[in-house]
Amino acid sequence: MHDRSDKPRLAVWKFASCDGCQLSLLDCEPELLALGEAIEIAYFPEAATRPIRGHYDLSLVEGSISTPRDAERIRAVRRRSAHLVTLGACATAGGIQALRNFADLREFMAAVYAHPAYIHTLATSSAIADHVPVDFELRGCPVNKRQLLEVISAFLAARRPAIPAHSVCLECKSRGLPCVLVAHARACLGPVTQAGCGAICPACHRGCYGCFGPQETPNTASLTRALAALGLERRELLRLYRSFNANAEAFRAESERHGE
Amino acid sequence: MANRTIRVEQLTRVEGEGAVKLEIRDGRIHSAQLRIFEPPRFFEALLRGRAYTEAPDITARICGICPVAYQMSAVHAMENALGIEVSGPVRDLRRLLYCGEWIESHALHITMLHAPDFLGFDSGIDMARSHADAVRRGLALKQAGNEIIALLGGREIHPVTVRVGGFYRVPRKRQLAVLAERLKWAREAALETVRWTAGFEFPACDRDYRFVALRHPAEYPFNEGRIVSSDGLDIPSAEFEAHIDETQVKRSTALHAQLRAAGPYLTGPLARYSLNFARLSPVAQAAALSAGLGRRCTNPFRSIVVRAVEVLHACDEALRIIARYEEPDEPACAIEPRAAMGIAATEAPRGLLYHRYRLEADGTILEARIVPPTAQNQAAIEEDLRRFSEEFLTLSPERLRRRCEQLVRNHDPCISCATHFLRLELTGP
Repeated sequence: MHDRSDKPRLAVWKFASCDGCQLSLLDCEPELLALGEAIEIAYFPEAATRPIRGHYDLSLVEGSISTPRDAERIRAVRRRSAHLVTLGACATAGGIQALRNFADLREFMAAVYAHPAYIHTLATSSAIADHVPVDFELRGCPVNKRQLLEVISAFLAARRPAIPAHSVCLECKSRGLPCVLVAHARACLGPVTQAGCGAICPACHRGCYGCFGPQETPNTASLTRALAALGLERRELLRLYRSFNANAEAFRAESERHGE
Repeated sequence: MANRTIRVEQLTRVEGEGAVKLEIRDGRIHSAQLRIFEPPRFFEALLRGRAYTEAPDITARICGICPVAYQMSAVHAMENALGIEVSGPVRDLRRLLYCGEWIESHALHITMLHAPDFLGFDSGIDMARSHADAVRRGLALKQAGNEIIALLGGREIHPVTVRVGGFYRVPRKRQLAVLAERLKWAREAALETVRWTAGFEFPACDRDYRFVALRHPAEYPFNEGRIVSSDGLDIPSAEFEAHIDETQVKRSTALHAQLRAAGPYLTGPLARYSLNFARLSPVAQAAALSAGLGRRCTNPFRSIVVRAVEVLHACDEALRIIARYEEPDEPACAIEPRAAMGIAATEAPRGLLYHRYRLEADGTILEARIVPPTAQNQAAIEEDLRRFSEEFLTLSPERLRRRCEQLVRNHDPCISCATHFLRLELTGP
């Protein structure tokens, strides 16, 4: 049942999330079986019935920390893991559920549950790196599966993953897409958002909504001026910066400039 | 033997975090609980104050396995509020996108999550060593579903083209023609999958389920229809909350849904199939009957065959839609926001998905209510555990644990939508 081989041992862990990032691994359909040959998929509850056992060479972590139990659990995962990589906007920035960080948690609970007292949750949803050291953060809501395979391959080859930190704008330019902001006057977070999706929203004639989070050196103030010139109002700017990566530092700070 | 508690602390091969607890007294099941401890994410609260245009993108993040379902219920509910009805090629494209999600989600569950139960493996990847052809076929089928979503939606998970009123961009006719070639292969693969799963061994476990699903006059239901039940309920989606109660129980971060007059019910493939057999495509009907399914299916273990039949239907339906597709003049219709209430239910792969929104005049969301299929199915899954696990009490603890997990997996619960992993503990009285 278990490989006792020398293959590196991979684990996939879930915290508060939609499962979409770990599903990206199962979405690598042609590569999945080859991956199963190169590494031992030692713990991946969504895909396999197998107990937690021993240490893992590479842990992929999906989801954010939003409950007292999960804040404990992530420390146990870190102790078992030689390398820990976070997958996606929840694990690297707290995800859409981090909108609670800007609201009153009790009021949030009462809006959904008749008996909030049964629910054990933290006032914030936070990134994995806020709790334990992280070796690499892969962005996206969800992650791009090519980038996910690159991260695993880089780990196997003991090199740094080749994941660009520049903006979505460069992806539009390399695809030859007309700028949706300049040419079509549509609100677009592309100039301040990290590349990796392949500029799929501009390719579909809509503005980027920032699901890969802030790029390395985002000039949000400059983009905000351009968006205001398009006629975006305070509330629209707030919503734009405050979505799937609301708690990522650059987006959080910019959104607070337009806050209530 | 007399009194004991069996715990499956972490369900595996399901989406989300859940557990099972069985209490046995005097050799009989005293209680069965499906516990859901997935961390709550408060979507209904965080949607308030957002623009109506954001609902499809935000609610997609409830579930990475069925984001299209959330996008579809969201856009239909908003269109219901704003007095828009989408028709023609845009309506067809939405059905095509939904076909992609059913194929992708069902192929994943059949091959990687459920089949290992019947063939005695811990995972689809382990199963591939001795059932390589079936696993490759299942993964390729899943990929075909994903190709539909990626072509129409820009990417497989959390597609970006769906908007209230239509799409941001629609595909070209010639792009769909290329997809059709893949889908012709997929239809054959789906037929093979029906035959393959029909050959598994199924325990003789039938139940008098109360089925609830959408029913459309002419179509097997995806986006539209009235909500009907096997005992005569027949209501428009707008009356859902008048007939169904959601209650909170201490063991679960998902709310339990029940029919007000009649109690627990089941939604999902078994319900959809049993209430809509005549609306399946002829090839899917024929395949179902040759696979030994009746026009109704009340054995939850056979849900794997029903899912395969639905994959076959979805491939067939996708090909029909592609054959008649003409590019629309506009990808979306113009919209004026207004203060209104909007309601819609669509058929997610796992069953009925209900959305209700209240909007203010500028289209800001004032209130949101979402009832996912797994929340509706919790009581029926617990009832399965109560009824059927008794027959398995003489099994070894390990095999009993596997049976309990399988009883849950039969219904492909999406715990992220409503829970994740199983560990079994046997404790003395």
